Amino acid sequence: MMPAAASVPAAQPAAAAAAQGARRPLRIALVGNPNVGKTTLFNRLTGLHQRVGNFPGVTVERKLGRARLRQAGGEAAVELVDLPGAYSLVPDALDEEIVARYLCGELAGAEPVAGRAQGRGAAAEPEPPPDAAIVVVDATNLRRNLFLLSEALDCGVPVVVALNMVDEARAAGIEIDARAIERAAGVRCVETVARSGAGLEQLLEEAVAAARQGSSPRRCWRLSAPEERQLGPVLDRAPRRWPVLVALRAADPQLRQREIEARYRWAAMAAGPEAQRAARARRRSDRLDRVLLHPVLGPAIFVLVMGLLFQAVFAWAAPLMDLLEAGFAALAELVRGEGLWSQFLADGVIAGVGAVVVFLPQIVILFLGLGLLEDTGYLTRAAFIVDRPLKALGLSGRAFLPLMSSFACAIPGILAARTIPDRRERMVTIFLAPLMTCSARLPIYALLIAAFVPAKAVLGVLSLQGLVLLGLYLAGMGGAALFALLIERFGRPPERLSGMLELPPYRMPTLRTVLLRLKVRAGAFLRRAGTLIFCAAVALWALASFPRLEPPPGTPPAQAAQLQLAQSAAGRLGRAIEPVLAPLGFDWKVGIGIIGSFAAREVFVSTMAVVYAVGDAQDAGGLRAAMQAQRWPDGSPVYTLPMVLALLVFYAFALQCVSTLAVVARETGSRLLPLVQFIAFGAFAWLAAFATYHGARALGL
Amino acid sequence: MGAGEPARGAQLSEMGPGQGGVVLEVNGAGLARRRLLEMGFVAGTPVRVVRRAPLGDPLEVDVGGYRLSLRRELAAHIRIGPAADA
Repeated sequence: MMPAAASVPAAQPAAAAAAQGARRPLRIALVGNPNVGKTTLFNRLTGLHQRVGNFPGVTVERKLGRARLRQAGGEAAVELVDLPGAYSLVPDALDEEIVARYLCGELAGAEPVAGRAQGRGAAAEPEPPPDAAIVVVDATNLRRNLFLLSEALDCGVPVVVALNMVDEARAAGIEIDARAIERAAGVRCVETVARSGAGLEQLLEEAVAAARQGSSPRRCWRLSAPEERQLGPVLDRAPRRWPVLVALRAADPQLRQREIEARYRWAAMAAGPEAQRAARARRRSDRLDRVLLHPVLGPAIFVLVMGLLFQAVFAWAAPLMDLLEAGFAALAELVRGEGLWSQFLADGVIAGVGAVVVFLPQIVILFLGLGLLEDTGYLTRAAFIVDRPLKALGLSGRAFLPLMSSFACAIPGILAARTIPDRRERMVTIFLAPLMTCSARLPIYALLIAAFVPAKAVLGVLSLQGLVLLGLYLAGMGGAALFALLIERFGRPPERLSGMLELPPYRMPTLRTVLLRLKVRAGAFLRRAGTLIFCAAVALWALASFPRLEPPPGTPPAQAAQLQLAQSAAGRLGRAIEPVLAPLGFDWKVGIGIIGSFAAREVFVSTMAVVYAVGDAQDAGGLRAAMQAQRWPDGSPVYTLPMVLALLVFYAFALQCVSTLAVVARETGSRLLPLVQFIAFGAFAWLAAFATYHGARALGL
Repeated sequence: MGAGEPARGAQLSEMGPGQGGVVLEVNGAGLARRRLLEMGFVAGTPVRVVRRAPLGDPLEVDVGGYRLSLRRELAAHIRIGPAADA
């Protein structure tokens, strides 16, 4: 899948010049505003030869890809680096910081913005600057795009401009003069249409030529005359103007405003009078927005779209997941035998692989839907519509979709949080996602509610069982709101900028881009999170299987399994935590279920079946009867209504899912965050269950 | 605009759909101000409120040809004057 040549080490010694012309491929960075077709261009140029990693020392995603250029003098190998979309090189987000630091060759080694991420210290090798940068510019929105170009030109790296979406501009009757941009910027400018691939060959040629030539672009913008006389020579003497500017801005906080105004003066001049017709390119988009953002129709369509996506992730994935589960169960059955080895294969390895693969249908469907929403531009409209209510929780409209996806499963929800540009908001969203009632809680809810909540009618029409279920969903959301408010109150305050979001024109997504991203994302999930989930599943199997117990000959299999589990490490752990669980009305057998359900919450049901020696976990009636028959040593029933309610509430909040913890660790690059989540939600669940148990008893339930 | 205050122009946040003008200045300090400038709210730029979100906030603003969703609290930093004759 990954070409062997792509495994060239990410960081090479800074002696780039020495490698020039030798075997090392030329490194060309892609820079641009968000929504300018940068990723489409990257995909077009690299095809399947791409991989996703992180920038050294930080958790910003970096996409690397291979492209080849056939030239008269042979073939040129190019390594393309897709940098995060940025509006400016002065960072206010980690993603943007990466762009400037990478272009200036300052990445790794030094510390990133205070406290944002820990550099890996001495382990990080310095990353040389790229040999050239392609700045992708949207021809229908030149002014703001050229502003970024003016900053990129100051980094000392050879630049080529990709004047992208010229087809859209032409269709709207905007004639952009690429030569005028070349004259104004002093670098080559190539007209491209990334979606069709037009102009890309020439773009790559120009970029390779610029990289080989290696000359730094000159400064294009001018300050006011007196200041220009003073600062101009200082700037133009430096091989890289950007670091000089950083120092000057630090000395004079007002300089940045004058600099921005100067850059925009240049951008307006370079864009030319035609660019003022930019609004024309939006006519079709505006017509759509009149419906999709209509005060009444807009929210209705929003609910419909989200409902459809939710339905797809929740319901359409279910048959596939059932099929996969059944397949892995059958495979395990084939392998399972008497010996420890075959049990390890069946219940450890095969079940572990199954635990990973079972998420794939949901993830593929979610990423497909997400990709379509992102590429059409609707995702930003959805965020626009729901920004207001989420603002009260210190979030923005962007957090809606990840949180909603978490009702199906926290894992796709956490992965969907990648679409949130603001880092703090992404972290908070990931933090809250596991509190949404995922589908894995349903089997537990169903079992306990059906067995112990009376099937009474409330107010004539509502069923008490249904109300309890609804209450559990609401409890999860309420818990999330509570934690969100706590974070807002006591955590780092949200960026004042959140909610600021570009609404790009609607565009038809290309199948190629959507599928390619699906493949890259799903592959990254399998590699990065899959290994962790697999290891956790195997570890949990070992906990339940050791130490071994040889049952007396003739013991029925159900009893043998019960005895084995009871005296395994998991069983002992269940007993050890009984003092913690007793105040909630849980006995040690329930404790074993809670420990077993770390593999996945629904495993609680099958674990309890083993604990109570009910031969068949599918036999819900048998399990229900066994639960109802459970007694404390003093003869009182274990499963009273208060205890069942407490158990339900416990599962509503507790982060009983090792896969979620693994994905949080992978997505945030933090080991602390999942730990904090686990402890905070566990403690909260315990307190809520405690209050429920004693409250219900006080009420005489 | 209100009560003869010395502040110039109108706050963008107080404008209704379809209303606009050119940017006079961006008030406030720090990151928010800098980012608004970087996003193109520099003096002289034509801006216009396109619509409000169904719940009243944020605003969709046309900034010299592109569209930005902007919360009213941020839009309040932007002072707007009448459109230039050109």
